[in-house]
Amino acid sequence: MAEPVLELSHLNKAFGALKATDDVSLTLVPGEIHALIGPNGAGKTTLMAQISGKYAPDSGSIRFRGQDITRLSVAQRARLGLGRSFQISSLIPEYSARRNVMLALQARQSHPYRFLMPVRHDRSLTGPATEILTRVGLEGRASVPSAELSHGERRLLEIAVALALNPVCFLLDEPMAGMGTEGVGTLVTFLKALKEQAPILLVEHDMDAVFRLADRITVLVYGRIIASGSVDDIRNDPEVRRAYLGDEVDT
Amino acid sequence: MSLALFIEQLLNGVQFGLMLFLMSAGLTLVFGVMGLINLAHGSLYMIGAFFCAAAAAATGSFWLGLVAGLAAAAAAGAIIEITVIRRLYDRDHLDQVLATFALILILSEGVRMIFGPFPLYLNVPDSLRGTIDLGITQYSLYRLTLIGFGIAVAVGLWLLIARTRLGIRIRAGENDREMIAALGVNIRVLYTVVFALGAALAGLAGALVGAIQSVQVGMGEPVLILAFVVIVIGGIGSIKGAMVGALMVGVIDTMGRFLLPRFFATFLEPSQAMGVGAALASMLIYVLMALVLVLRPKGLFPAHA
Amino acid sequence: MREMRREHMLNVLLAVALFAVPLWAYFASEPFVITLATRVAILAMAGVGLNLALGLGGMVSFGHAVFFGLGGYCAGVLAHHAFSGTPVLMGLPGTNQMLVIWLVAMLTSGLLALVIGALSLRTSGIFFIMITLAFAQMFFYFALSWPAYGGEDGLPIFVRNQFPGLNTMRPWELFVVAYGLLMLVLALFAVIRASRFGAALMAIRQNPDRAAAVGISPFGVKLVAFVISGMITGMAGAMMADLTRFVSPAMMAWQMSGELIVIIILGGTGRLFGPVAGAAILVGFEVIFGGMTEHWKFWLGLVLLAVVLFARGGFVGLLAGRDRHG
Repeated sequence: MAEPVLELSHLNKAFGALKATDDVSLTLVPGEIHALIGPNGAGKTTLMAQISGKYAPDSGSIRFRGQDITRLSVAQRARLGLGRSFQISSLIPEYSARRNVMLALQARQSHPYRFLMPVRHDRSLTGPATEILTRVGLEGRASVPSAELSHGERRLLEIAVALALNPVCFLLDEPMAGMGTEGVGTLVTFLKALKEQAPILLVEHDMDAVFRLADRITVLVYGRIIASGSVDDIRNDPEVRRAYLGDEVDT
Repeated sequence: MSLALFIEQLLNGVQFGLMLFLMSAGLTLVFGVMGLINLAHGSLYMIGAFFCAAAAAATGSFWLGLVAGLAAAAAAGAIIEITVIRRLYDRDHLDQVLATFALILILSEGVRMIFGPFPLYLNVPDSLRGTIDLGITQYSLYRLTLIGFGIAVAVGLWLLIARTRLGIRIRAGENDREMIAALGVNIRVLYTVVFALGAALAGLAGALVGAIQSVQVGMGEPVLILAFVVIVIGGIGSIKGAMVGALMVGVIDTMGRFLLPRFFATFLEPSQAMGVGAALASMLIYVLMALVLVLRPKGLFPAHA
Repeated sequence: MREMRREHMLNVLLAVALFAVPLWAYFASEPFVITLATRVAILAMAGVGLNLALGLGGMVSFGHAVFFGLGGYCAGVLAHHAFSGTPVLMGLPGTNQMLVIWLVAMLTSGLLALVIGALSLRTSGIFFIMITLAFAQMFFYFALSWPAYGGEDGLPIFVRNQFPGLNTMRPWELFVVAYGLLMLVLALFAVIRASRFGAALMAIRQNPDRAAAVGISPFGVKLVAFVISGMITGMAGAMMADLTRFVSPAMMAWQMSGELIVIIILGGTGRLFGPVAGAAILVGFEVIFGGMTEHWKFWLGLVLLAVVLFARGGFVGLLAGRDRHG
């Protein structure tokens, strides 16, 4: 296997008596989609928050392209190329779709302490922003404030923002949530193409989409990894079936 | 400097701290339960003092005045909550700040319209005049009574919150607003009661302090800002934090004003030492607040950890 | 787009009106009106400073009077030493040159804003409001009890400070200085708002987590905005001291901080000319209602309450629709 882009080793995080993350180790290698699944309350969101830097783990380490980033802030990690999209859509509500993408582009290009040049007509931002919006199919909605976009459009804009960061890897937290069948189909095709650009760590509830997309799957229950492997391994793992998938999945 | 003087100042600091606690407890409760920042809390303090002074002058009884001040502040609190504050719970802090700032203007001018532009004077009741011998020092009987009042109210408040049905609801409201609604508690009434309770405590403090200071428009805001310092130090939403913070602020402020000029007098000219000492003493509690902020940004006893 | 054109027109109208009224007063020999217009311009300038922190950055500072007062004391203290011919500090002389005074006012206010901001921005929301208020109160009491510069009684400026080529003792010429400075500060605000820094700052106000997720550290951006904000308000304070030829701790009092917030809200939070409209409304209200009743603040409170509860968006929002960031 290739050198991992992202490597978690022995992460632990507790909230009082509750162990939200229990000795979690996993890797993300170039070219793959690694799906993280588990029942509600399994600690997926807490784990993602530690990877993105919102929470600090109690112990263990996170390495990104060989560098230890365990103690870096959210903004510092983002600047290194860790691209995160949120579970709950969280764009800049008053900004148009285009300006949301431009903000990500500007953050990638330079520090924010530039006071003179107007951002609205900055070609180095508007050009790529339009290009990225076209890629995700939002070019017709570029001037609409993100608060006024439909739910599905906001998910696409989230992806566009993540794309604008041109990250070394993507962290996508439930990108399919609240999307119709058609939207999910489009997104699956899109993510399959996207993983060639940068590997994706994917948290997703839509099992059908996960089985169509993932190269590897890790199953989290009560903060602990109970299984990890290929799609077929996971489908056939008895422990996973008992703990999580139940009898719904037929092999 | 004699030991007696030192003890006297220390007691003054405790007395000041306990009065600050009465102010801070209401503020911190209102924030903890309703998530509201209320700048007009100082106006309730003022209302308590004015109604107490006016009623005491009319009836000749300090105690009747005290009841009137308490009742007026509680009633004003309930009216304000129902007419204005209730509309602010869902608003952002900026709207809360502005609306309650507007309330300060309205209430201050309203009091001026009712009671006239001149300060009122409230006398210490005859039975509490003079001093009492504490062995080491003679101490003002009235101030000692204030200390007693402060401790009694603190104990009462603790019992109320720890032991009564109302207290259970208040604690539930602090933790989870939806849960308390799910329990079937009428949340609108609860909020009005909590706000009026806070107002009554502020009014009580205003009435009690009114007898040792002059009762005038604008008396509430300096105390309000000190109460903010207390809450920042103690942790927002925590009654225990309010108590510890209030005592710290009361004692440090009083002792600073007492000791610093004397300290500077050991190496400066007397007039200069007074000035420098007084100026630095006035900054002490804010320095304390800054220190707490650096070390414990959420205060000493954060309620929402 | 139509809303934006309307806001542009309204801005031009406000800028012209603020110049035309005192110009009329100049020819009609009504120096009182000129002085009022100067007061509006200076308060608006202080408001533009706060608008940067509060309107764009969402930092509800209830202590901006401390910068206003510090700027005022810079003017007062430097003029005091220039007048008496004594050194200010370590042999440095005083001055009666406005340009130098403004520079000193901006530097000291900026430095103070750096310290207060670095401490206060460790927190947010309600904590931030209370802490900024408390720090302002600390300097208020310091000014009140520090005996060297008048303490409670304040410090008079016997001869108004000078501006090269103008006679600042004439109301009209002082107005021109204040108006020019206001326009400069407004231009600065507009440039910052349109820049990358402005984009980052406004994004942080709306969603700090998102800003951090794309790689923008909220703390640094907010702190820099807070410092610039304090510098502008400090410079306005120096101008105000020269207008009234007097500084006192009252310039730092919490009521002043409240007034600055009121100016912004009445005018329209985050809007370029919001503070200009807000300052004009506030001063106008005081002159008109203050002449009718001594209890005018009661009515101001009621109006303010009505604006907060029922008419969000302020004056500019009322006339030009809501703010859009295409």
